[in-house]
Amino acid sequence: MTEMVYGAVPRQSGDAILPKWWRTVDLLSIACVLGLFAIGLLLALAASVPLAERNGFGDYHYVQRQMVFGVTAIIVMLIVSMLSLTLIRRLAVLGCGIGILALLLLPVLGTDFGKGATRWYSLGFASVQPSEFLKPCFVVTAAWLLAASQQINGPPGRLWSFVLCMLIAALLIIQPDFGQACLVIAAWAIMYFIGGAPMLLLVIMAGLVVLGGTLAYTHSEHFARRIDGYLSTEIDPTTQIGYATNAIREGGLFGVGIGGGQVKFWLPDAHTDFIIAVAAEEYGLVLVVAIILLFATVVIRSLSRLMKERDAFHRIAGTGLACMFGLQAFINMGVAVRLLPAKGMTLPFVSYGGSSLIAGGIALGVLFAMTRRRPQGRYHDFMTGTARA
Amino acid sequence: MIRTPLRPLAHVLPARARQEDPDSVMRHNLRQRHDQMEIAARQMAESRLLVLIVFIVAAFAAVAVRMANLAHSDGQEPTQQIAAAAIAQSRADITDRHGRILATNFETHSLYAQPPDMVDPAAAARGLVQVFPDLDEARLLRDFTGKRKFIWIKRRISPEQMQAVHDIGDPGLRFGPREMRLYPNGSVASHVLGGASFGKEGVNAAEVLGVAGVEKHFDAFLRDPAQNGRPLQLSLDLTVQAATEEVLAGGMAVMNAEGASAVVMDIHTGEVVAIASLPDFDPNDRPRPALGDDPSISPLFNRAVQGVYELGSVFKIFTAAQAMDLGLAAPETEIDTTGPLRWGRFKINDFRHYGNRMSVTKIIEKSSNIGTARLAQQIGAVRQKNFLESLGLFDPTPLELTEAGGSDPLIQKNWSELTTMTVSYGHGISVSPMHLAAGYAAIANGGRMIRPTLLKQSGPQEGVRVLSERAAAEARMMLRRVVSEGTASMVNVKGYSVAGKTGTADKPRARGGYYEDKVLSSFAGLFPAHDPAYAIVVTLDEPEIMGLGELRRTAGWTAVPVTGELIRRIAPLLGVRPLIEPDERIAITQASN
Repeated sequence: MTEMVYGAVPRQSGDAILPKWWRTVDLLSIACVLGLFAIGLLLALAASVPLAERNGFGDYHYVQRQMVFGVTAIIVMLIVSMLSLTLIRRLAVLGCGIGILALLLLPVLGTDFGKGATRWYSLGFASVQPSEFLKPCFVVTAAWLLAASQQINGPPGRLWSFVLCMLIAALLIIQPDFGQACLVIAAWAIMYFIGGAPMLLLVIMAGLVVLGGTLAYTHSEHFARRIDGYLSTEIDPTTQIGYATNAIREGGLFGVGIGGGQVKFWLPDAHTDFIIAVAAEEYGLVLVVAIILLFATVVIRSLSRLMKERDAFHRIAGTGLACMFGLQAFINMGVAVRLLPAKGMTLPFVSYGGSSLIAGGIALGVLFAMTRRRPQGRYHDFMTGTARA
Repeated sequence: MIRTPLRPLAHVLPARARQEDPDSVMRHNLRQRHDQMEIAARQMAESRLLVLIVFIVAAFAAVAVRMANLAHSDGQEPTQQIAAAAIAQSRADITDRHGRILATNFETHSLYAQPPDMVDPAAAARGLVQVFPDLDEARLLRDFTGKRKFIWIKRRISPEQMQAVHDIGDPGLRFGPREMRLYPNGSVASHVLGGASFGKEGVNAAEVLGVAGVEKHFDAFLRDPAQNGRPLQLSLDLTVQAATEEVLAGGMAVMNAEGASAVVMDIHTGEVVAIASLPDFDPNDRPRPALGDDPSISPLFNRAVQGVYELGSVFKIFTAAQAMDLGLAAPETEIDTTGPLRWGRFKINDFRHYGNRMSVTKIIEKSSNIGTARLAQQIGAVRQKNFLESLGLFDPTPLELTEAGGSDPLIQKNWSELTTMTVSYGHGISVSPMHLAAGYAAIANGGRMIRPTLLKQSGPQEGVRVLSERAAAEARMMLRRVVSEGTASMVNVKGYSVAGKTGTADKPRARGGYYEDKVLSSFAGLFPAHDPAYAIVVTLDEPEIMGLGELRRTAGWTAVPVTGELIRRIAPLLGVRPLIEPDERIAITQASN
């Protein structure tokens, strides 16, 4: 009677949130991310000082900012990883809509900070790059659509997600931000691949990518110059790549020593796009390999956990986020070592950044929410003989 | 409640018969299908994720390996890439016959701006205007703050200016090396050298192209990297050239002449040792051709080569020489010179009347139009034409200048007997002073027509014989008489016996007819007369001088004294030995030994 009148006494079903989270979340990956952030702070101590001097701030202005934003980002990441997946999905779809709206309004309200591309909203104390926030939202939304299309009588989610992907890519290209556009398309392609793309289509897709790249090369000067810079065999040492290459050479195995690097004085983007060059110069190959290992661990552990995941949405969204994270790191480092043509892309969690750090935190939080261990119907698998060890 | 049949009735009815709910059966079946699909999807995803992991491991490994490779490789000295290596640098020098530099290259810098690198565009623009007052500060600032990424500011700047721009200290202001053409002697030999300008331009280099003179004529040679910097050696002698220009300029000033030209040519090799045209210009700063004006009064106009003039009496020696060559006359042959000589409506007169009969020598000496015309009548139109053509007077001079190609002599189309007579004393035919010098060289060297050249030669030319040795020698004797006895007495330079002929031609009016008071006075000759080495032609355009209380325009008073001074100056420079005429008062006693 009491319950009928006053409502049920709130009763915990199952574990408390925090213990359950601690038990199920991918702790090693979180540790890796914390490690990356620590390395990022260490590098910021070196790389952002010349920038601070140039802009007339105190020596450690940017380190302090990195600290504040980084800690915020990690807290955001942890909180997001505790959220229920349904809530995450709903927020992501909402965020995707807001993000697209923000991208559309960029040409009107955005600023370009004199860098030749309108990508930012200036909020006074910080600048916000909406595409950074849009990326995880898009991945979750697209994963939801792709997963839904696997249902019998489900919506044509593949087509919808493709249209969404192309819309976002187009908006990014007009900024222009080819790097992010590539990343979005690549993430969608990987999700589609995991979501059961027919082999023939994959081949056609690859052809289309080549065609699109050729078109971009022939029609965009911005793009063509970067590709040309990549294809030319001789490195002009006065280019960013030239400085980065030299810095890596200088660093050798153990680096020139803390604070002894020079590249940070020469490269305007030493604290963001070419942070890996600073790392290589001051701490040597050892730190670079450590960074690569940390990134690889996060991505591979996430993917291997997702292999056991039963739910198509979780699997696809997790894969998309993990690959996006890994791909961004790969592109950033690949540019510095001239494996890839020059593209402005930050090294997630290591590069200096305000809002992008928080966006990265959100993305990783969603990823860790996706990779949390869940009951996967092992009993059922066992009974039907489809279980794998 | 009407239920939509979702499956064959044949399935529903047996189910109902078994007391089962068909909907739950349907749901069960659907769930089962879903489960199967999920399992299939998961299995596929598992294998695909594995593929993905392999790819990602490979990608990260590639980065790591590449990073290790780079870290292990040796550092390279940062060297600026020469982007514009395709532009051939180092144009060959031009030297005179003794290797003295006439044209060379000079390393300067160009100044350009890259606004994206600029620290303080306003300060840079202000500083630049202080260094280069001709620049507009507002415009510079607009350029520096605009969208342009590259702006040329100055094509050539001096080292002092470069230092001043360095002192502005803006990293957006850059310098590119510029090889510029330098003519260290200024206006000396300006018409021969011509000038150069920039062709294709890059940041690190610019092509230097010849625009006139030998610079243009030998442009391909000068730019040919295969020549390996070998200079172009001209036949000019810098000192002789400078002296020629100096004397000519002085003569022009004294004689109030509009212009002047001179050619000094080696009669054996055909080498032009000096060729001058005044007014001239500085090839380092070649003026733009003035449009609209008569090009023949522009400083750029080479009077010695481009200018074709009716040169007058200097032609008479050709007539006399041909007459002697053909055996029609000897130097002593008396010719009827009763004037005036009438031909139809036309009347030929002499400047002064010297008597009714004169020897050929006398005719040349006194410059008798009538006598020369009579000789020409004997020679006839065809033979005269052929002879003048063999002297190269009908074709553009073969001198190695771009301007020479356009110097077509003006020749009467209809070569009547009257033409024959007027041409015999240099009217009705217009040639350049260079043509004339080549013709005189043929007389001087014993009757061989040689090709004039601006390139240093190694030995004498084997020219085509146009006159017999004897006729040439007799012609030279006559020319010597002109100087020693006749109209050109003022050119009698002590020690250097000069032979030559004067010419005073009325200048033709633009609209037909001739001016009464404007002449082109010229002297053509050779020296030393006893052993000719050089042919010389001097012309003065519209000279006037007061002499013996009279306004004089004739060559004897104008071109001749200038030539005399010129020979006095250049003969020693050319190494011509003066003839020491023993002074009668000094008796040389040969001592016996």
